[in-house]
Amino acid sequence: MEKFTKINTTVVPLPMEDIDTDQIIPARFLKATTREGFGDNLFRDWRYNQDNTPKDFILNNKIYNGKILVAGKNFGCGSSREHAAWALYDYGFRVVVSSFFADIFKGNALNNGLLPITVPSDFLNDLFLSSEQDPNSDVLVDLEVQKITILDSRKFVEFDIDPYKKMCLINGYDDIDYLISKKGKIEAFEKNQVIF
Amino acid sequence: MKKTLFDKIWEQHVVDTVDGGRNILYIDKHFIHEVTSPQAFAGLEKRGVPLFRKEKILATADHNVPTLNQHLPIVDPLSRTQVNTLIKNCEKFGVELYGLGHQYQGIVHVIGPELGITRPGMTIVCGDSHTSTHGAFGSIAFGIGTSQVEQVMTTQCLLLQKPKRMRITIDGELQNGVLSKDIILYILSKLTASGGTGYFIEYAGSTIRSLSMEARMTICNMSIEMGARGGLIAPDEKTFNYIKGRKFAPQGEQFDKAVTFWKTLFTDEDAQFEREYNFKAEDITPMVTYGTNPGMGIKITEAIPEAIDPNNTKSYDKSLKYMNFKTGNSLIGQKINFVFIGSCTNSRIEDLRLVADFVKGKSKASNTTVWIVPGSKQVQLQAQEEGLDKVFEAAGFELREPGCSACLGMNEDKIPKGEYCISTSNRNFEGRQGQGARTILASPLMAAATAVTGKIVDVRELL
Ligand code: SF4
Repeated sequence: MEKFTKINTTVVPLPMEDIDTDQIIPARFLKATTREGFGDNLFRDWRYNQDNTPKDFILNNKIYNGKILVAGKNFGCGSSREHAAWALYDYGFRVVVSSFFADIFKGNALNNGLLPITVPSDFLNDLFLSSEQDPNSDVLVDLEVQKITILDSRKFVEFDIDPYKKMCLINGYDDIDYLISKKGKIEAFEKNQVIF
Repeated sequence: MKKTLFDKIWEQHVVDTVDGGRNILYIDKHFIHEVTSPQAFAGLEKRGVPLFRKEKILATADHNVPTLNQHLPIVDPLSRTQVNTLIKNCEKFGVELYGLGHQYQGIVHVIGPELGITRPGMTIVCGDSHTSTHGAFGSIAFGIGTSQVEQVMTTQCLLLQKPKRMRITIDGELQNGVLSKDIILYILSKLTASGGTGYFIEYAGSTIRSLSMEARMTICNMSIEMGARGGLIAPDEKTFNYIKGRKFAPQGEQFDKAVTFWKTLFTDEDAQFEREYNFKAEDITPMVTYGTNPGMGIKITEAIPEAIDPNNTKSYDKSLKYMNFKTGNSLIGQKINFVFIGSCTNSRIEDLRLVADFVKGKSKASNTTVWIVPGSKQVQLQAQEEGLDKVFEAAGFELREPGCSACLGMNEDKIPKGEYCISTSNRNFEGRQGQGARTILASPLMAAATAVTGKIVDVRELL
């Protein structure tokens, strides 16, 4: 996993609620057997018509090209497909901001170096507004101090993150490294377990 | 300390607690399928670590498989590659596979229970959000991402923050024509598509107790549509009787010992839940969805409501535009050309029996195409043994071979653009059943009634 500490970029606003994983990456693109290349099909059916001509959609608007996706409440609901996180990452996003995330998506994102940041809805609106007014407006995300700042207005909020997950992101570690180090305990647990 | 059922099972599986309160949770059974496992197997090889407990994994092919001519090679090259990759990986790592052609093949959440692999008190995971289905047996079962599939493959454990507890209690007697699918669609319409996020739900109350195991699975299956990690129901005599005698269930004395243990799995009186809801069975009617998330449901007699939040109607407007519906309209009388009866929500033998019972002596409307896709090979064979196939054939319904099928349209079974489909599956997301397809979620009875009338009706009027 790539390390993550700080990022300073413009944002891509997507002010829709309940964006489900079927929209992020439709099922027909889940047939690959590797993790790469899903970015091309990110939001496929919102981005392209059936004949592959582009639609009027934010990702087709050259003005918006930041590494932070800002989306409405309940982002990533639906299926457990990790392909959704891979697609966002592969496309170039490193942060997703919303006022509320679906659980499985949030976990998947964190396991792939994509930082989900939950902010209050007022701040989410500020983010939408500032990018609407000026698409070049920069946002700074500093994981170390857990702070997201709209640089023009200096508005910021501090965000929560599980300390363990924060450590993993900053160092580029994943859960597997950690769990493997606990094998002895796991084997001891198994010896005492009865499963009916 | 008084404990909930969820607490009891969770605590029995905690290997260790690490800084920040995360638990290392031991997983008793791991199901895998072709879509979310290849990258995990690849990860294992890349790390150069072995598969830790291969006997705790079971694989099946379900998402991509055709539902016609399963004995022939899969036509779509990408689907074929993915299914073949699963076969190769299972061979290489020594994992049991119930693939195409196997007598136990089927949708992962249908085969676990019917083979007696899913049992009370277990922890069960799968790289699939509807793993929550298995909670109907009083187990902690939930969907995971592919990175976590790899974690379980390498260590049989997951590193998790314990979810919060919610209880939903439903008491009373259901009206005639109302099924467990209606119960869960009703709950969803009240709690919305995000109302369960962060929680593990226990379903309780006299109505739940009165349901068959199949009907309980339908409810637990859709817990994830509220955003919940999973749902579970305390095991009882019905659970034990369902498991008894199944292929992988404990036998003889072992079974009796198991039952003694299973009987300890209930929520103590006065145990605390972070959130509680109560509903009355009498209030529930047949349900239909009108929008593009499963929380957008109404009673069949109701009109499409306004957006919940009048200041933020973007998603609502987009949804109604996609469905080509209008606020204030009823769905009754809406012409429907496609009917899909299947998916891990409603493709079990009981669902098929219900539908067959209803359509006996009737036939499908001239405008409808009706697919019945059994959840597993065993369900298919059982249906044939009971003569249900003859009933369906006479009615003009197509009984196909098992798989996920039009639930997510990864195979050929897609609903054409712009067409409505009344579906017994669990998600009505945009394009879920095919690009531009419009899904209306409902119970198997409502779907059968639509199949014979060619339009949406209140099934209670036909009973
Ligand atoms: S039937 Fe549908 S919901 Fe169930 S496992 Fe298959 S694709 Fe997922």
